[in-house]
Amino acid sequence: MDLRTTGAPPDARERQAVDSVLGPPESGWAGGERTPGDGRAAAGGLARARRRRQVLLPALHALQDRVGWISLPALGYLCQRLDLAPAEAYGVASAYALFSFEPGPPVVVHVCDDVACRAACGGDPAAVLAARVGPAGSGATLTWQPSPCLGHCEHGSAALVLETGEPGARMTLAPFAAGDIERIRSLGGSLGGALDPDVLPAPRAIVPQAAGEGLRILRRVGRIDPASIDAYRAAGGYEALRRALQLGPAGVIGELKESKLLGRGGAAFPTGTKWEAVARNPARPHYFVANADESEPGTFKDRVLIDHDPYAVVEALTVAGLTTGAEQGFVYVRGEYPLAVARLEHAAAEARSRGLLGEDVMGSGLRFDLEVRRGAGAYIAGEETALFNSIEGRRPEPRNKPPYPVDRGLFDKPTGVNNVETLLSVLEVLTVGGGAYARLGTPESTGTRLFCLSGRVVRPGLYELEMGTTLRALLTMGGGVAGGRPLRAVLLGGAAGSFVGPDELDLPLSFEGVRAAGATLGSGVVVVLDDTVDVADIVRRVARFFRDESCGQCVPCRVGTQRQEEALGRLAAGRPLGSLDAELALLSDLDAVMRDASICGLGQTASSLVASALRRGLLSPAHGGPGAGPVADGRSAI
Amino acid sequence: MFGAGGGTSSYREIEETDLVVLWGSNAREAHPIFFHHLLKGLRRGARLFAVDPRRSPSAQWADAWLGIDVGSDIALANAVGNEIIRSGLVNTEFIRRATTGFEEYAAAIAPCTLEEGERLTGVPAALIAELAHEYARAPRAQLCWTLGITEHHTATDNVLALCNLALLTGHVGRYGSGLVPLRGQNNVQGGGDMGALPNKFPGFQDVEDDAVRARFDARWGVRVPPRRGWHLSQMFEAMEKGELRALYVLGENPAQSEADTKRAVRLLEGLEHLVVQDIFLTRTAQLADVVLPAAVAAFETEGTVTSSERRVQRLRPALPPPGEARDDLSILADLSEKLGARWDRPSAEEVWDECRALSPMHAGMRYDRLEALGGIQWPCPSEDHPGTVFLHGRLWDEDPERRGSPAPFSPVEYEPPLDGLSEEFPVRLTTGRRLDSFNTGVQTGSYASPLRRPETIDLCPEDLERLGVGEGELVRVSSRRGAITVPVRLDRSLRPGLAFMTMHFPDQADTNVLTLDSWDPKSGTAEFKATAIRIDPLPAAGDSLLAGTLERAG
Amino acid sequence: MTTIAPVAFRRTVELTIDGRAVTAREGATVLEACRAAGVEIPTLCYLETLTPVNVCRVCVVEVEGGRALVPACSRPVAAGMVVRTDSDRVRTSRRMVLELLASSVDLSTAAGDVHRWIGEYGARPERHGPSAPAAPTRPHAGHHAEPEVGSAATVVQPVKRDNNLYVRDYAKCILCYKCVEACGEDAQNTFAIAVAGRGFDAHISTELDVALPESACVYCGNCIGVCPTGALMFVTEHDLRATGDWDEDRQAVTRTVCPYCGVGCNLEVHVQDDRIVKVTSPLDHDVTSGNLCVKGRFGFAYVEASG
Repeated sequence: MDLRTTGAPPDARERQAVDSVLGPPESGWAGGERTPGDGRAAAGGLARARRRRQVLLPALHALQDRVGWISLPALGYLCQRLDLAPAEAYGVASAYALFSFEPGPPVVVHVCDDVACRAACGGDPAAVLAARVGPAGSGATLTWQPSPCLGHCEHGSAALVLETGEPGARMTLAPFAAGDIERIRSLGGSLGGALDPDVLPAPRAIVPQAAGEGLRILRRVGRIDPASIDAYRAAGGYEALRRALQLGPAGVIGELKESKLLGRGGAAFPTGTKWEAVARNPARPHYFVANADESEPGTFKDRVLIDHDPYAVVEALTVAGLTTGAEQGFVYVRGEYPLAVARLEHAAAEARSRGLLGEDVMGSGLRFDLEVRRGAGAYIAGEETALFNSIEGRRPEPRNKPPYPVDRGLFDKPTGVNNVETLLSVLEVLTVGGGAYARLGTPESTGTRLFCLSGRVVRPGLYELEMGTTLRALLTMGGGVAGGRPLRAVLLGGAAGSFVGPDELDLPLSFEGVRAAGATLGSGVVVVLDDTVDVADIVRRVARFFRDESCGQCVPCRVGTQRQEEALGRLAAGRPLGSLDAELALLSDLDAVMRDASICGLGQTASSLVASALRRGLLSPAHGGPGAGPVADGRSAI
Repeated sequence: MFGAGGGTSSYREIEETDLVVLWGSNAREAHPIFFHHLLKGLRRGARLFAVDPRRSPSAQWADAWLGIDVGSDIALANAVGNEIIRSGLVNTEFIRRATTGFEEYAAAIAPCTLEEGERLTGVPAALIAELAHEYARAPRAQLCWTLGITEHHTATDNVLALCNLALLTGHVGRYGSGLVPLRGQNNVQGGGDMGALPNKFPGFQDVEDDAVRARFDARWGVRVPPRRGWHLSQMFEAMEKGELRALYVLGENPAQSEADTKRAVRLLEGLEHLVVQDIFLTRTAQLADVVLPAAVAAFETEGTVTSSERRVQRLRPALPPPGEARDDLSILADLSEKLGARWDRPSAEEVWDECRALSPMHAGMRYDRLEALGGIQWPCPSEDHPGTVFLHGRLWDEDPERRGSPAPFSPVEYEPPLDGLSEEFPVRLTTGRRLDSFNTGVQTGSYASPLRRPETIDLCPEDLERLGVGEGELVRVSSRRGAITVPVRLDRSLRPGLAFMTMHFPDQADTNVLTLDSWDPKSGTAEFKATAIRIDPLPAAGDSLLAGTLERAG
Repeated sequence: MTTIAPVAFRRTVELTIDGRAVTAREGATVLEACRAAGVEIPTLCYLETLTPVNVCRVCVVEVEGGRALVPACSRPVAAGMVVRTDSDRVRTSRRMVLELLASSVDLSTAAGDVHRWIGEYGARPERHGPSAPAAPTRPHAGHHAEPEVGSAATVVQPVKRDNNLYVRDYAKCILCYKCVEACGEDAQNTFAIAVAGRGFDAHISTELDVALPESACVYCGNCIGVCPTGALMFVTEHDLRATGDWDEDRQAVTRTVCPYCGVGCNLEVHVQDDRIVKVTSPLDHDVTSGNLCVKGRFGFAYVEASG
């Protein structure tokens, strides 16, 4: 392409960052030393540019990680290497929260101020932190900024620490306290060595259920060394793959159909049917994607699974690939999960070295391998078609459907995509058999389901329950409301979910059970809100979340989420435009247009929680108030 | 080609072809909207090869760019042809049925091995082979060229060398396969169509054909001279010899657009009588005895033009011409009366209808049909004919009668550019267009293009370093004919020993002072594309200022 | 001579639009089927010459059996499809789309249809409050300042006038993506601009928002040709509007052929008071599909200079 990039050359660090992903330039045309041969021949073309574009996101990460920001010359060099227009690359990069376009301090601490931590801390963690260490965005060597949910809700508070440089550092602190900022500062400059668990320990897994209490998907979590493939195999790992190879693709699909397993990602689509559609599609190649872009506020289950049972993800994706005829798989992990990325990459490398990935998987003669991709701070990238765009190096904008991914997904080819919990459920189906799996749970919602219990509850953590278990049973397992206070509501399903009142605790947690109650299981979020929690504040935080995370593509969501946040702000301030009824009519109209006319699920559900709160009368100022304090001793209140 | 002076294909075919070879054409800048059609083809999966000395903006879109030595096109084409034959990739059936002279052609190019091709063109042998194999194997392929092929002393042979490749592979006469010369000006094609050639009537009918001439004689009521005239380069030779003493120039600026302008101006000045009809007082007009102010064709007159896909389209006046300016037709009509003829001030449509009556390929193109169909592609022999998407489909006809006369292979031999490189003139200068400018800048000089920058001599970084000059510094550029002073610009699309300039700013830097006026004896096109030059850094600014002062003082 | 190009055999499907049985070409969109049936569907981001992006959502219709409404511009017809274009849900969504745009974008130079639809659907942009002042800086993705209570945020930003040929007034931008498509894959393939940022802060931008002369822009103006709101405008038109002298009733549009290279691009020359004020190209002519290069679109000054 006849690109025009800025003439200014990148500096050495920028060049090295890009080359660390792309290798050295292959010719003078790509930014290398000019040779006489360059004057006589050059390769190029659209097909080549298309192949390269998928490296865009990893290369942007390399620049952000090593240099701390993406400058115009760096962008120009990267684009020259990829044969991509700088404006396009900027359009992509600027859609992600984790990329900067101006230099900043080497250490940035992203502090969660989202619903679960807000409930657990009894107020806005960012406000507390600002009062303790100064406003967000200040500081020459270290700064902090508020962040949407970091997926460590069971700890009650969390921060993602990112340090620029080579090697640099990326780690999560959970629980997180204001004092941690001082500790990081005192480490002075390089955190590279500070991954020392004694100084800044990695978050531990919290699975409160005991081993005997029906754990299936979670049975290895916290109980084996997540870095050891031998430990994984000793605990039954790779038996499901062996079984899948015995059964062959048709057999696996048969078991899945018999199991009646429905996808855990939100749409509850029959997994067997999806895999079959990909497997049967005559177009080639096929791809399979594990969606680990877990970003729904209040959700941490996929992160726990990857952090603590990474080989299971690798094995499950291998089963999926071999069953659907895909030779290439991707695990798309949200950018805020550095440990998950490291553990998965380690697991994949080990599996490869043992012949469990690669040219001849487990001696079957079949080929499958996977690549781990990091997101960069975009909730919308968890929408499956936006995720494909993200992998392809395009803006993470959802695509119009149809066509569906099984026909035209990643790189426009037939693609299977499941979230991590679904994939691990497949392993369970193969372990116990489809029929036996189908007998778990309810007839319509078979098997077990993970629930992310957080907020003002005694034992927050990740729970695995048979489908159909009541909400009350879950809360009981969690020890009930912290401090024995009255329950005001449970936020069920996530930011795109709904509120469930104390009068509805006998709600069976199954797809059909919650559907009948007008709710959704969503991603298994259960945030407990007691009478001290300002529910209106929670709702406004969710409205802000959708306003921040909308991709901006379609009008209903782009402008609607802005207008929704504005309207809630007016209600909170007690300054309605016109009458209160007029405001409620406006919110109802916004709900209608976003639900009916948005392109994707984000927009279509961006008003769900607001509508639910309005239905339950939870937005009146009488409900809750700030300053309730932390839920339990020893837990950080920032 | 094969008799008709026009591209064989339509733009939409390039959107649906499988492979495109852009040979000596920087269409991205010189034919931007044609390039849109090409891009559609690329987006649909077509492959692109670009043959160009520079890695031009067009070549940067190519799957493979072949950085050929200026003027070695025939050597490359013959090596490609030979490789196609050697690899058994020729379309035997097509050659047998629809062509003549294959054996002679094959024998003539047999010495043009890949290695010989690499030696003569500088393009790696493997890349020549790749082009040969892909072109021959593509189900459909389009071969497009522009002035990089035709502004050489071997212009016609260059074109024939490319036609041979199409015949070898059967890439002509089918939808999606063809030969596409892109016309550089909005009515170059139409000028040829209308007989603005020394030997043709409208519709490419031969002046020296008695039967044809008889029809024109009858219609016009005069006896048309039975001999062909001169083309432009011959006219200048005739001026040199004193055989041509009066000249009527319409809408041309030869004082700046001809190669070796010093000679052109001298000859124009030596004429006994020069009439110039133009929209501007051009450099040529400034030399004229009589200047006839003309209307701007595209915006102020009625008429037709023909595009590179043989599409005849209507021009319509959007504005009245300013002052005393008038459209060409009414000036000519008045002139005809002064010369004793009676044309009765025909309208543009009446003139067109006369053309339709005399030129069979235009016969069906009534004005109202041109309007309704958005233009019509010739040939359009009758008023119920939709026009012709591609030419030479007959070559594929099963029926020998309908297939008609076969297309001949035309073996041609490589000859290097006339202006040879030497120790004194070691650098090859080639010329071309920029996106926002046109020819000598007469039309484009007055709009506020943000892309416009003054003339420069563009050189690769290695040459800049070798010369010890930086971007923007002035250098003296000399050829065997003259010298100019011009600033240097760095251009990474060039290689050592290859320089590039445009002709857009003759008042600032008259590139054609350098170029050679040797022309192709068959087409009359001058060799603008290959000039031998030397580049000398000017003395440092202070020195030259001092030198200037001394000169004036002296 | 062969005169006929290959034409694919076309099949048709039967569907119902607003209770009427309709036959449409297989592969046609619901929009095409509706238009053929004489049913008006409002569109903003749709253009015949561009790939549908279905982002404005003003063309949504109700398809029986579907949960959400579907964009008519890109949904292909299917046999037996039952389409409703005038249900309450459809009208509500269209009204709200128009209302959301009108409350956040300056539509003063948008095509007349937009204002007609705003009236017909009863959009009331004013109920979102008075326009908020421009934000001092554009927020980083994922962050934004709490909205000012009582006012409605807009996309207002200073007019960009960084070259002599055209003006970019993104306060008028509805983010229909047409300019990005015309600059990119659908026509020019220069990719000087893209959508950057996200959510309400998404906007059209060069790389890091550099000025056009520092960008890859080649001034073909094909973005102006497709802009539905006048956010992108010839300098001539912008300045005549600024002085109140722009008057389309005094303009004549003449179709002619570009005076430059031999491609044969059709020009539509807009003349007011014997002055060329704008040049466009017909969308329905298959040489240009509405596109031109910098010379064809802007290189007409010599016509006046010659006078």
